[in-house]
Amino acid sequence: MSDVLIRAKGLSVGFPIGGGLFNKQILKAVDNVSLDIEKGSFFGLVGESGSGKTTLGRALLKAAPITGGGAHYSDGEVDYDLENITKEQLRDYRKRAQLIFQDPYAALSPRMTVRDIIAEPLEVMGLTKTRAETDARVREIAAKCRLNLEHLRRFPHAFSGGQRQRISIARALVSAPKFIVADESVAALDVSIQADVLNLLKQIQTDMGLTFMFISHDLSVVAHTCDHVAVMYLGRLVETAPTRKLFAAPRHPYTKALFSAIPSLDPDDRGTAQKLTGEIPSPTNQPSGCKFHTRCPFAIDHCKQVEPKLETDDTGHDVACHRWKELMAPQAA
Amino acid sequence: MSLIDVQNLTLKFRTDEGLITAVDNVSFSLNKGEVMGLVGESGSGKSVTAKSLMHLNARNAVYSPESKITLHTDKGPVDVLSLKTPRELNIVRGGAVSMIFQEPMASFAPAITIGKQMVEQLQLHGDYSKEQAKNISIEMLDRVGISDASKRFDQYAFELSGGMRQRAMIAMALSTQPKLLIADEPTTALDVTIQAQVIDLMKDLVSEFHMGIVFITHDLGVVAQTADKVNVMYLGRMIEEGPVREVIRNPKHPYTQGLLAALPKLDDLDSPLTPVPGDIPSPLERPTGCVFHTRCSKVVGDVCMSVDPTERQIENAHKVACHIYDEVPA
Repeated sequence: MSDVLIRAKGLSVGFPIGGGLFNKQILKAVDNVSLDIEKGSFFGLVGESGSGKTTLGRALLKAAPITGGGAHYSDGEVDYDLENITKEQLRDYRKRAQLIFQDPYAALSPRMTVRDIIAEPLEVMGLTKTRAETDARVREIAAKCRLNLEHLRRFPHAFSGGQRQRISIARALVSAPKFIVADESVAALDVSIQADVLNLLKQIQTDMGLTFMFISHDLSVVAHTCDHVAVMYLGRLVETAPTRKLFAAPRHPYTKALFSAIPSLDPDDRGTAQKLTGEIPSPTNQPSGCKFHTRCPFAIDHCKQVEPKLETDDTGHDVACHRWKELMAPQAA
Repeated sequence: MSLIDVQNLTLKFRTDEGLITAVDNVSFSLNKGEVMGLVGESGSGKSVTAKSLMHLNARNAVYSPESKITLHTDKGPVDVLSLKTPRELNIVRGGAVSMIFQEPMASFAPAITIGKQMVEQLQLHGDYSKEQAKNISIEMLDRVGISDASKRFDQYAFELSGGMRQRAMIAMALSTQPKLLIADEPTTALDVTIQAQVIDLMKDLVSEFHMGIVFITHDLGVVAQTADKVNVMYLGRMIEEGPVREVIRNPKHPYTQGLLAALPKLDDLDSPLTPVPGDIPSPLERPTGCVFHTRCSKVVGDVCMSVDPTERQIENAHKVACHIYDEVPA
């Protein structure tokens, strides 16, 4: 029943930075992350900037170097171990896994027509043989993304933000992928358009049976689109749960703080929320113990010394915090 | 007491494709100590309107002769649009009016220290010695919650995090003690956690310095948290305005209603998101009649396509420009 499309096990991504020959430092952008993304799910990844969500997304696309652990991709047709994938396999994996970028203004070449933009992956990957075949495929995908024939002849500058994002989506879909990473794909859009693009992504997911990893810093957007959410902080997974569980009863103090930071639409509900002080520490100079202890209002000495492990429970709600049970208790009473 | 009065502001840009209307007959006023939220999607003309208050629009901007912006300073009223020389313009550019921009990295000069930039503008607007200006700057950096202010004073913009940069930007804008602060999407580029901190800071500063703020944003949640009153713009028109509680709880214009409905809400995960249909039209193809009729779900008749609705009062200060509220439907 619950088929896993991608399973990450202790996945780490590090980048060498500065230092001399003998004291090379490694910046760990993603550190020991394990997660399962189920086939056909909409998997949300949230966290502040610098939490490593984009790097994790890219590692799963094999677009960032995997320096520890690994990730296994299995869609029923092929099985790949991403940490030691061959060139041949990688070429095939590129068709199966695609990325939608954040900024639809930067992601589209201004000198190509929309038709050429959408057709490019087909040509590069050699998926179609004739021009007629390519055109047919482009038209089919464009229609799914509500772009008409007239649109295909134009250049990106003639389009608004929402339309451009639909072009980016069409380009990502044209190679018939199984897995799509959408990195802040609605963050640059106005709310009125954002809802439209989210609905489109959802519809495409159901129609084509895709699996999405949806990276966002906006919790209310994630709440509305994703089935499962993972919260990241400084390269670690701090909490992961089915969306409803997470939003009904967040366990990690960081997740709670993220919730309370969302500006309320009620003008009379001002400033009552508990706010997080300070900022996310630099990944080159990470705190000891629990990475969150420098900003956590509930940190005790133990938190400064020992890093908490991700505790799994049978409901699929995992959390990495020494004190979550204690902290949940007063609410239950 | 009124701080700034904008009357019949109409602004067009001269371009190769002809005159483009960016702001169409907009009037509003703001009092001391009042925060006005200016809301609308990209292309609605909110930034252009705000920049007019500083007479800061590009050279191809053409103001209609009826446009009038009056700033009330301690030394009497100033007719902003009649200011010409850089010396005259000083009063609205950093003197009595300051601005905070969306992207603080782009607003600081990258090769000059934060401190040097703060000192420069203080000396430009006030009669300070270098030493005095430095002290004021460090005090201001400290006030906006930057730790180790005297060290930050000598750092460059790239050495600060996004949240710190935005705080430094606020410190710089406020160090000349402006009467009016224009904040153009000041929290949009920040994480929610940092956004919450910056919003708190701005609220504190309003009560402390008692200035007026024009807060431009597309985030209605941010407006609800900061503003006293809200003005909603669409394609250069002011389509609804009123006290924040009125507009957020009881929106009258179909566009405002649509914006609120499009917001994903945390307390209701089951109902689907309802987008405002279609895209904002290009300013080159301004619709006739009501500018919103091409996307409106509540068009009442031909009148929407042919007659531009005038703003009418619903109650108290709540005004809306929509034919739904015409007394005698045409």
